[in-house]
Amino acid sequence: MLNKDKAQRIFETVRKFATADEVEVLIAGGKYALTRFANNTIHQNVAEENYICSIRTVFGGRTARSTTNKFDEESLRRAVADAEAISRVQQPDADLAPLAGPELAPKESDSPSRHFESAAKLTPEDRARGVHGIVEIAKQNDLTAAGIFSSSDSAEAILNSKGLVAFHQQTSAEVSITMLGADSSGWQKFNSPDAAQVKPLELAQTAARKAKQSAAPRSVEPGKYTVILEPAAVLDLIGFMFYDFAGQSVLDERSFLNNRIGKTLFGENITIHDDVRHALQSGAPFDGEGVRREPVELVKNGVVKNLVYARATAEKMKKSPLASQVGEVRVTGHGFALPNEMGEAPMNIVLAGPAAGHAKTVDEMVASTERGVLVTRLWYIREVEPYEKMLTGMTRDGTFLVENGKLAGGLRNFRFNQSLIEMLLNVEAMGEPVRASGEEAFDMVVPAMKVKEFNFTEVTKF
Amino acid sequence: MPMKEIASWALNTAKSRGASFCDLRIVDERNRSLATKNGKVGHASAAETLGIGIRVIAEGAWGFAATDDMTRGSIERTAAQAVAIARSSATVKQYDVKLAAERPAVADWSGPCAINPFGTSVEDNIALLLAVDKELTSVKGVTLAEANLSFRRYEQWFYSSEGADIHQVRTTTGAGFAAYSFHGTEIQKRSFPNSFGGQFQNKGYELIGELKLVENARRIGEEAVALHSAPQCPQGVGTIVLDSSQLGLQIHESVGHPIELDRVLGMEANFAGTSFLTLDKLRKLKYGTELVNVVADATPAHGPGLGTFAYDDEGVAAQCTPIISNGLFTGYLSSRDTAAMIGQERSGGTMRAEGWSRLPIIRMTNVSILPGEKPLTFEDLVRDTDDGLYMQTNRSWSIDDKRYNFQFGCEIGWEIKGGKLGRMVKNPSYSGITTEFWNSMDAICSRDQWTLWGTPNCGKGQPMQTMGTGHGAAPARFRNVEIGSAYKGS
Repeated sequence: MLNKDKAQRIFETVRKFATADEVEVLIAGGKYALTRFANNTIHQNVAEENYICSIRTVFGGRTARSTTNKFDEESLRRAVADAEAISRVQQPDADLAPLAGPELAPKESDSPSRHFESAAKLTPEDRARGVHGIVEIAKQNDLTAAGIFSSSDSAEAILNSKGLVAFHQQTSAEVSITMLGADSSGWQKFNSPDAAQVKPLELAQTAARKAKQSAAPRSVEPGKYTVILEPAAVLDLIGFMFYDFAGQSVLDERSFLNNRIGKTLFGENITIHDDVRHALQSGAPFDGEGVRREPVELVKNGVVKNLVYARATAEKMKKSPLASQVGEVRVTGHGFALPNEMGEAPMNIVLAGPAAGHAKTVDEMVASTERGVLVTRLWYIREVEPYEKMLTGMTRDGTFLVENGKLAGGLRNFRFNQSLIEMLLNVEAMGEPVRASGEEAFDMVVPAMKVKEFNFTEVTKF
Repeated sequence: MPMKEIASWALNTAKSRGASFCDLRIVDERNRSLATKNGKVGHASAAETLGIGIRVIAEGAWGFAATDDMTRGSIERTAAQAVAIARSSATVKQYDVKLAAERPAVADWSGPCAINPFGTSVEDNIALLLAVDKELTSVKGVTLAEANLSFRRYEQWFYSSEGADIHQVRTTTGAGFAAYSFHGTEIQKRSFPNSFGGQFQNKGYELIGELKLVENARRIGEEAVALHSAPQCPQGVGTIVLDSSQLGLQIHESVGHPIELDRVLGMEANFAGTSFLTLDKLRKLKYGTELVNVVADATPAHGPGLGTFAYDDEGVAAQCTPIISNGLFTGYLSSRDTAAMIGQERSGGTMRAEGWSRLPIIRMTNVSILPGEKPLTFEDLVRDTDDGLYMQTNRSWSIDDKRYNFQFGCEIGWEIKGGKLGRMVKNPSYSGITTEFWNSMDAICSRDQWTLWGTPNCGKGQPMQTMGTGHGAAPARFRNVEIGSAYKGS
């Protein structure tokens, strides 16, 4: 496994070969394994080990990157030469920031521990035992199970010729389960750096219950419904807006936040932070330049407050006519590895729940709904219109009619066309935020939501 | 070290550990990626990766392990690990894996590459992108210009315990650009020659000259700006004509994915989904009108598509499988194990992996609609259309997990009135049910209008793999289509 000393040695080798003014090295990789099952059978079962060394060279405002997965001297020498060759032929970019100094990296004492033996030591046999338990629950319910049980143990290091060193190790365990009946399905997914937090059998029981309860789905007319979105559905929707919270996106005028920062855009009950150190979050506490990720208040009580910035973007924004309209401009440590066109993005989203005592469980949201739809999961969400943030997609794997405060059976799946802005203006109730995982967006800490007037435009035939 | 000797370390270890079958791929991959944004280099990188992926069957179950460490000790450990993984798979199974028979091939093949893209200078590459950028940003109202260029060389050695020994080299080139215009409360975008980064084919730098990027940049920029003044796409039921790139994506989503046999058999149920094309529908379902003829063709004769190769990643020779024949559903995309499951004698040869570290899975090859047999230009097609909408270049795409209900948005639309192209419309979209849609196609242009598009970003599998697929298409007309669906209720 990669450790800090090994990373330092690799960096020294790279530095020996470099003729550039400055050099930065990103070393990352580890072990990853995934056991995949369908039709109550493990049908794919994989493991890999791979590390990359990605070298960025800088010659007076000109930069490029070269990446190899070979660490012998000849391969590293070639990678350095490639990066330097591509750097040299460019025109200097006055906006390119010099490499970050060591003072910008997070301190070890400020870095959350996200490496757990429980996940690092998971074996194929452990995962197979977990799958066996899931399949047994499927069989007990006359269902078939499909899904994954994965684990990883990885590390990431960024070092540069200014003396910056940033290092992070992390594990992960993840289970995703679809239970299939003759005409229905149910789904659950969860991951954590700590495998002990992942409960395959509990997830399987919930997925099985959803598949059974949604059997014999009926079709109801599309239209505007009150919906109760479970956390996975919430994150897959709201995930489409966070790349727009990049300072670079606003400078490029491709963000839906252009001309909207400082204004009330969402309901008063919407408050969103980016916080890599939140107890339910995961990931490295530094960005693609090794700079410490700072917590950022993105939205407070419906008002868009701040954007996130890589170092170069912050400088550009300060010089821009937009500077006075975009809240606080500062280096927040959200940059992607350079060079890139996108700048940065918040990747550790925490959507706050209601004030203490006001959170509602999904069951309570159902109980307070005269007629609506409970949505387990969404699928194939795409942006239809970028400024109003109109999204389309489908419901999937557990869509229920709610009538008179109770689940009234499964529904055939809907297509929605819904503005995300309008949706976040129409949130009537929320649960406690939880760590959630979907398929369209990165993992987040979000609550379930009850939303009025959600726009379903079509219903499919199953 | 000869690759065959490296392979023997894995094959011998797998056999000695009790594997009944083993195949492996050694992959040496090289990439260059360049992009410009508003007059500056946005992204400039090179990458290389080398490793081995070893797949085995033991106790009737699959195992796979991959490593970047090409030393003998590592490869033997990895082969042993694959067998151990297979044994753990065998503890949760309802059936034993069986493979459709395949004669082991010994072959050496390289795809077309007239001009080695890695032999072109980065300086020239960037100069081309900046020339495109200059044209785009010269248009008043264009607020963001992006252009990109990418090259990939993919060299693979495949060996199996059955005796296969196949060496293949594929070179992929891609390029494109996009113009954005932000005005008022609207962001409009035009891309060329397609969205998703442009056009990609398995050929060399010669593709770049064929695309005529600089020549089209100003027009595309002007269209992006003009969209702000265009009327909104109407809502209702009517006739649409799709350009070949949009039809290519329509094929990808509503034909290519549902014919994947692993989906049909439930193996993708947790992520990519299943398929409405259950086994009872083979050679019975009327998928489309008689004009609808679709093939899955991986053979070089089909063209330099992203799904073109000589042998798939199970060592099965490239084939042309009829998928829809005169409207009738006639074939699936299959692998050696899924072919055996449905009693098919031979795999259709569609297994591919993203790289050395990933397991091969069923992927679209070049799933293409064949052009019309009668001469029909795009101008002829418009002339033959009294009232309709012409839609170009995908902007949004979504389809349900059985691949039945879809909705697409395009970047730009044009009214067709009395056989002529009329006003531009913005935000065009349409939706439908897969089989109803293909049964509404009443015209398709002929061969001279047909383009083999490359879709570089098809995601499937767990862990997710991104794969390039090919889709040949010509402009086509569809009747009684739900138009403007994306804006219903808003």
